[in-house]
Amino acid sequence: MTNGSLQHSISSWFPIPEVEELADSKEQHEINEISEENIEPAIPINSSLLEFSQEASQFLNITVQPEQLYDLMRLLKTNDQTHFDYLFCLSGVDFGEELGVVYHLESTIHRHMLVVKVKTSDRENPMLDSVCDIWYTAEFHEREVFDFFGIKFKNHPNLKRLFLTEDWDGFPLRKDYEDTINMIVK
Amino acid sequence: MDSTTKNSNFKTEEYQINMGPQHPATHGVLNLLLTIDGEIIKKVEPDLGYIHRSIEKMCERDSYQQIVHLTDRMDYLSSNINNEAVCLAVENALELEVPERVKVIRTIIGELTRISSHCLWWGVMGMDVGALSTFFYGFRDREMINDIFEETCGARLTMNYNVPGGLMLDIHPNFVKRVKKFVAHFKTKIPEYDRLLTQNVIFQKRTKGVGILTKEDAISFGASGPVARASGYSCDVRKYHPYSALDKVSFKESLKTEGDTFARYQVRIMELWESLSIIEQLIDNIPEGEHRVKTNAVIKLPKGEFYQKVETARGELGVYIISKGTKNPYRLKFRSPGFSNLSLLNHIAVGGKIGDLVAIMATIDLVIPDIDR
Amino acid sequence: MTIDIIINSHLWFAANTAEGSLSILEMVVIALIYLGIFSVAGLFLVLLERRVAAWFQLRVGPNRVGFQGLLQTMADALKLVSKELTGTSKADMFLYNLAPYFVIISSLMALAVLPFTNEFQAFDINIGIFFLIAISSIGVIGVLLGGWSSNNKFALIGAMRSGVQTISYELSVGLSLLTMILLTGTLQLSEIVDVQKDGWLIVQGHIPAIIAFMIFMISGTAETNRAPFDMVEAESELGAGFHTEYSGMKFAYFFLAEFINMFIIAAIAATVFFGAWLSPFGITESIPWLGVFWFLGKTLALVFLMMWFRWTFPRLRVDQLLTLEWKYLLPINLVNIVIMALMVWLNLIIRV
Repeated sequence: MTNGSLQHSISSWFPIPEVEELADSKEQHEINEISEENIEPAIPINSSLLEFSQEASQFLNITVQPEQLYDLMRLLKTNDQTHFDYLFCLSGVDFGEELGVVYHLESTIHRHMLVVKVKTSDRENPMLDSVCDIWYTAEFHEREVFDFFGIKFKNHPNLKRLFLTEDWDGFPLRKDYEDTINMIVK
Repeated sequence: MDSTTKNSNFKTEEYQINMGPQHPATHGVLNLLLTIDGEIIKKVEPDLGYIHRSIEKMCERDSYQQIVHLTDRMDYLSSNINNEAVCLAVENALELEVPERVKVIRTIIGELTRISSHCLWWGVMGMDVGALSTFFYGFRDREMINDIFEETCGARLTMNYNVPGGLMLDIHPNFVKRVKKFVAHFKTKIPEYDRLLTQNVIFQKRTKGVGILTKEDAISFGASGPVARASGYSCDVRKYHPYSALDKVSFKESLKTEGDTFARYQVRIMELWESLSIIEQLIDNIPEGEHRVKTNAVIKLPKGEFYQKVETARGELGVYIISKGTKNPYRLKFRSPGFSNLSLLNHIAVGGKIGDLVAIMATIDLVIPDIDR
Repeated sequence: MTIDIIINSHLWFAANTAEGSLSILEMVVIALIYLGIFSVAGLFLVLLERRVAAWFQLRVGPNRVGFQGLLQTMADALKLVSKELTGTSKADMFLYNLAPYFVIISSLMALAVLPFTNEFQAFDINIGIFFLIAISSIGVIGVLLGGWSSNNKFALIGAMRSGVQTISYELSVGLSLLTMILLTGTLQLSEIVDVQKDGWLIVQGHIPAIIAFMIFMISGTAETNRAPFDMVEAESELGAGFHTEYSGMKFAYFFLAEFINMFIIAAIAATVFFGAWLSPFGITESIPWLGVFWFLGKTLALVFLMMWFRWTFPRLRVDQLLTLEWKYLLPINLVNIVIMALMVWLNLIIRV
């Protein structure tokens, strides 16, 4: 499926509630802000809680809120038209002010690819849903993300540090990590 | 065979042993915590991090030419292909068109690297199941490839021959002749490998029906490379997302459906034949041209995200670069094939015996620096 | 000439010592001579193994120390003797120290009954074969003790596997030898060789004898824990199996015992199947002391065969090992005995 049709079908799964019933009024702008959507209403196809983008990347990117992450992932895998059953890359990213995870998905039947990003602005105790019962490969990858970024995943069967020792202090791949002994900064 | 009786007067206890980190069969520093009941394995838990060198953090500080040098310490058996991955990512981001000569030479060297890695794998596979002489036979052929690399690229293991923009130096005048001689020699050796190991009854009994991986599990665990292809999942990156000169050659993808250890073994032997065929198609027609395109001394990728997939000897390596327009990447992630392949070890080794675990690990072909990065 | 020296020194001893202590003194001297010869022989067997392995693996092997490496194992033995005898603190010290002695003593005892020529046999009792089989069963105690008392899980796994394996394959060794005893009618080794004066036993009892020989070689290799049955000390799995925790001289005992066991199995096969010191078709009948060379030649050929197995085949898994014995070798063996009995009864033996 092309990116456009992917975007069309995925966005229909998460419509913004009550937006169709309201006229173009101030209340709509308020409701848009409450539902955490920050694209101007001038873009017609954006009637969903997800944020789509194709610039600066070779794949279709979806930015999703942490609350809808698990449902979106499950639908992406089980829906026959999208059928994203191959999670080939799960990376943690420190976006500067927020921490997040980037998922690269591929479908083994339709051979299309997709990128899903989720961000959380809580740097003290970031929590996200785990997808390891949808794709088994996520179990190890999420442990790695926890090890390096500190992002905890709910419902993960074995969330321990993977590479570093159990008593390591801090999360090395964050941008504000300081370690005068081990790091050489140019 | 259920070895534990249900008689309550005869209780057996599970015990834990550490296989590793120094162990002849784990191909590197991997510690496996095995929970065993007699001879039956109940749980396998890998304990990683013994060779973690924080490559991803170093990449955030280094320039792109320096990053290429870090990649060949990851999976040191397919070092050329790792280098190619980063160079391709950078070149695609900069929209830099490399000459045809460069593409063809990169593919030839990549396939030679794949053959060299599989030779070593075959030797170690025999050694793990007990036929110790196969190690020397595999290395004998690998030495010929190492000599070719030494003459052209300057090093035997960590080559760094690919740079963003092309190759570091043009190929040696003897390269074509030596590669052809090697191909002719190796074609007589693969049947010898078959007679020694593949057709051996003891070997077949050790590997057939052991460690079965179904196709759905392979996809869900993110397996790639020969491990996934032996279960019937067609995932060769060289076919679906071709790079360098791979869209100009024709080769068959090695697929098997049984998903057991013997199928994984056979897939790799078939890959040896396919790699030889790719080299033969390309070696006589290397186009003339420049071996390198000039890039700036300081490479700055435009703002954005870039993902490049290549097929190493172990599976699909992915390079994911997030760049903010500066001379270092903002975040660089290596999706290593061994990492996902290791996660399925617990799933397929449970219920088997320790001897089976060794055979399974030999066919999954783990290189631990690839996993630990 | 050597026999004359021995006879002369025998007479000299007899003339100079009291009655009862003569035989004891003789036995001690002979025992010491045997110990000396076979410790050195064990060392040379190790060197032979290393050269043969190197030949299979396209390399040269040790050839620097002494002429063609002949002094290599001397150097290794010197090193082993000078090593620190480590031991784990939690190991059961008495059993830990005792275990290697079981193994080496049972190996050396079996050497006493082998017939090198018709006069050169240390101990010719009338239950020769029975004695041999019984003695080689004692070695397994040493293995089990060594593995258990090391207080090491790997060693214990190795020892358990070895115990199971040895007990199972003793049956096949015994039964295949029994097949040949049906032809000779006696257990005494020198008489077995006498029977072979009209044709080696493997020729006399053609088909069942060949089957018995093959079963004997397979079970013999399994008895000595050599590849393809070396799950016990599978280097790529368990480190070193039951002798992981041993070092220095005690490790040397285990190591040496393995090679001497290999020699014994080959020697028994040479004696029972191939006529010990008899030359083929009696060509050197007139020079009796050449018998030693024939005996050693046949034994070393079979030792080479066992080494060939080791460096070519992968190893069998533990349950496949036991399946082979209990489900295949044992039934074949029993049927073979019946066939041989029928042959002897119907007098279908080939006499050369």
